[in-house]
Amino acid sequence: MRTNNVLGLIYSNAYDSAIPELTTLRTMGSVPFGGRYRLIDFALSNMVNCGITKVGVATKNNYQSLMDHLGSGKPWDLSRKNDGMFLLPPFSTKDSSAITSRLEALQSCMNFLSKSSEEYVILTDCNVVCNVDFGEMVDAHIASGADITVAYKSGVKPALTGLMTLELDGDGRATAITVGAPTGGEENYSLNMFVLRKALLERMLHEAAGLYLTDFERDLFMRNVQALKIHGFAVQGFVRTLYSLQSFFDANLELLKRENRRQLFCPDRPVYTKVQDSMPTIYGLGAEVSNSLIADGCVIEGTVENSILFRGVRVGKGAVVRNSILMQHSMIGDNATVSCAVMDKSGVIKPGKTICGDMSFPISIGKGIIV
Amino acid sequence: MSRSPECIAMLLAGGQGSRLGILTKHIAKPAVPYGGKYRIIDFPLSNCVNSGIYTVGVLTQYQPLELNDYIGNGQPWDLDRENGGVHILSPYQQIKGTTWYKNTANAIYQNINFIDRYNPKYVAILSGDHIYKMDYSKMLAYHKQKNAACTIAMLEVPWEEASRFGLMLVDEDNAITEFEEKPKNPRSNKASMGVYMFTWEKLRSYLLADEADPNSGNDFGHDLIPAMHKAGERLFAYPFDGYWKDVGTIDSLWEANLDLLDPKVDLDLSDTSWKIYSRNLTTPPHYVSADANVQNSLISGGCEIEGDVDFSVLFSNVTVEKGATVRDSIIMPGTVVRSGAVVQYAIVAENAVIEQGATVGERPEAMQNMDDWGVAVVGEKITVGKNAVVAPKAMIDADVAGVQ
Repeated sequence: MRTNNVLGLIYSNAYDSAIPELTTLRTMGSVPFGGRYRLIDFALSNMVNCGITKVGVATKNNYQSLMDHLGSGKPWDLSRKNDGMFLLPPFSTKDSSAITSRLEALQSCMNFLSKSSEEYVILTDCNVVCNVDFGEMVDAHIASGADITVAYKSGVKPALTGLMTLELDGDGRATAITVGAPTGGEENYSLNMFVLRKALLERMLHEAAGLYLTDFERDLFMRNVQALKIHGFAVQGFVRTLYSLQSFFDANLELLKRENRRQLFCPDRPVYTKVQDSMPTIYGLGAEVSNSLIADGCVIEGTVENSILFRGVRVGKGAVVRNSILMQHSMIGDNATVSCAVMDKSGVIKPGKTICGDMSFPISIGKGIIV
Repeated sequence: MSRSPECIAMLLAGGQGSRLGILTKHIAKPAVPYGGKYRIIDFPLSNCVNSGIYTVGVLTQYQPLELNDYIGNGQPWDLDRENGGVHILSPYQQIKGTTWYKNTANAIYQNINFIDRYNPKYVAILSGDHIYKMDYSKMLAYHKQKNAACTIAMLEVPWEEASRFGLMLVDEDNAITEFEEKPKNPRSNKASMGVYMFTWEKLRSYLLADEADPNSGNDFGHDLIPAMHKAGERLFAYPFDGYWKDVGTIDSLWEANLDLLDPKVDLDLSDTSWKIYSRNLTTPPHYVSADANVQNSLISGGCEIEGDVDFSVLFSNVTVEKGATVRDSIIMPGTVVRSGAVVQYAIVAENAVIEQGATVGERPEAMQNMDDWGVAVVGEKITVGKNAVVAPKAMIDADVAGVQ
């Protein structure tokens, strides 16, 4: 496979409304995950790890934090003279309204698409956490002769509106595509990662625009299941689709299992992120840490159990943190207790305070909130 | 050059650091890992950019491969620039033949062309093997205020240690009146930190004179600065009172690392207004298991800890298995300490393996004769076999066989 013949296109706002607790102030792509990452890091790293050198990042709204995170694309080696990363904010003209759907976001990338010379395009969202070899997926796409290849996972379908389920024949071709509610049983649900020829994508987007079609799944996939050869590509290993605060909480804590970490942080395909130059984490006298994933720059003087600590978190003396996700620069005061919480960036729990959620209902503490 | 910088820095990074033994077998001393994720040279480089000096020449000579690789285009320090930036300056061949850098002053002499190209007013001469945070722009302001030809950063050291340093005697205005190089009976405790600020015009002429003098050893401290002093140039000492450490020996390297765990030590690397930048490995956050017990330590990204870690510095991707103990030690990147192994009062270099039940180093309390005690060192990629014992003060540069 000539990897530089593939163009990457990431949609950073997909399913923004699924985790309102974390996305009111940012895009799905810039939601922090796994101690030191943002969700877009997984999509971007998957692309550059298979040799893609040109990636467009389509945005809809709230993309300041995303721009801040991506910068020039340097951490992913995408700050280049030729190719590199292209941030694609909405292209609005005098009479255009705000972009509401994925299809419209893609349509506003038409210029970027038509100016690119790559033969294939990989489209992906940001709400799926996995480490997948896109090279294999493109190879499978070419070998099968499919028009579109859709990455899927077999299992219980996440409760996301409009998420596609594929029915596949023995050759892996989709015979039917549905968008119904999860059945609760085993289904082949789409990971919203697609490989197709750029020319085909452009044609489909033109047609959709001409016919005033607005729904990506229904109008591009379900209508075309006979006319186009749509194939599935099974993704194995640690794959988590984020569709609610609970699923976000669970997926983070699942990284405490060694097997999951090995799959997601596989050394052959590292996950790149913005460098912060924080110092290593300091464990003070009396620190009690068990079963936790801890990023650089933390200062821990209290107890931390079954938790994920992002960069620069401080846990005071006598403080207890259990089953929690503490994002960048959270401050837990002396003798405070935090349990089953998702604490957004720069939150503060004052000394002696107690915040308690439940494993089946994690409490969310917004960005910069002081308790 | 379109814009002449007011001040550029020349960083002397050619030292072998022979007293660090096997740790500098393949790398120059400035490239020695320090503090969990840094290398020594990160300190002067970060000081430069934090002080607004964006043109830095790094003079390398001994084992430059890894150092050159590490510095690369200077991007981690924001020194990848159109105008200025970091330049690696190695000895090169000339019409008269090839000459190695004979000594510190000669190294700068051989790069007069480089400095002339930038045509700065001032040149800072720095050493690549000290750990300290210092604002060179304040030193430059002091240098200008004193209208000095050369300003030397000065640190007051404990009197009992003074005889290990180059010392200065100063008057009430901090003008230098006399030098003493490692005297037996020191008359001053004001030590030179090896950080110099020169007015380039002055330095240039003394470099030429120094090179022309066949009796000169071509060293800044020994020859060039005393010559300036003799000629009556204005030499001043710039008082500095922060943390400063020359990590020239195994003991001082070990101490300097553990200093980071001492809250009383004035070296805060978490201070965002004076960040120390480094080239980072891509690693996930570190993991501490339910069996682990981590106290009073510094832990970097990618570590997997299931054993006991106390009063230690762990670099990235270190594995400490269940039932293993690491205390009072420095463990460099990628090393594995297997279950039941004990590493204490030791420095273990990169990618080493300490097999099950092995013991490296000894606690000073357990020694009968303290003369035999010292920090044990295990070299890079060394395997210490099952149940093997590495004595205190040992320096291991070949695999140690296991014991049944």
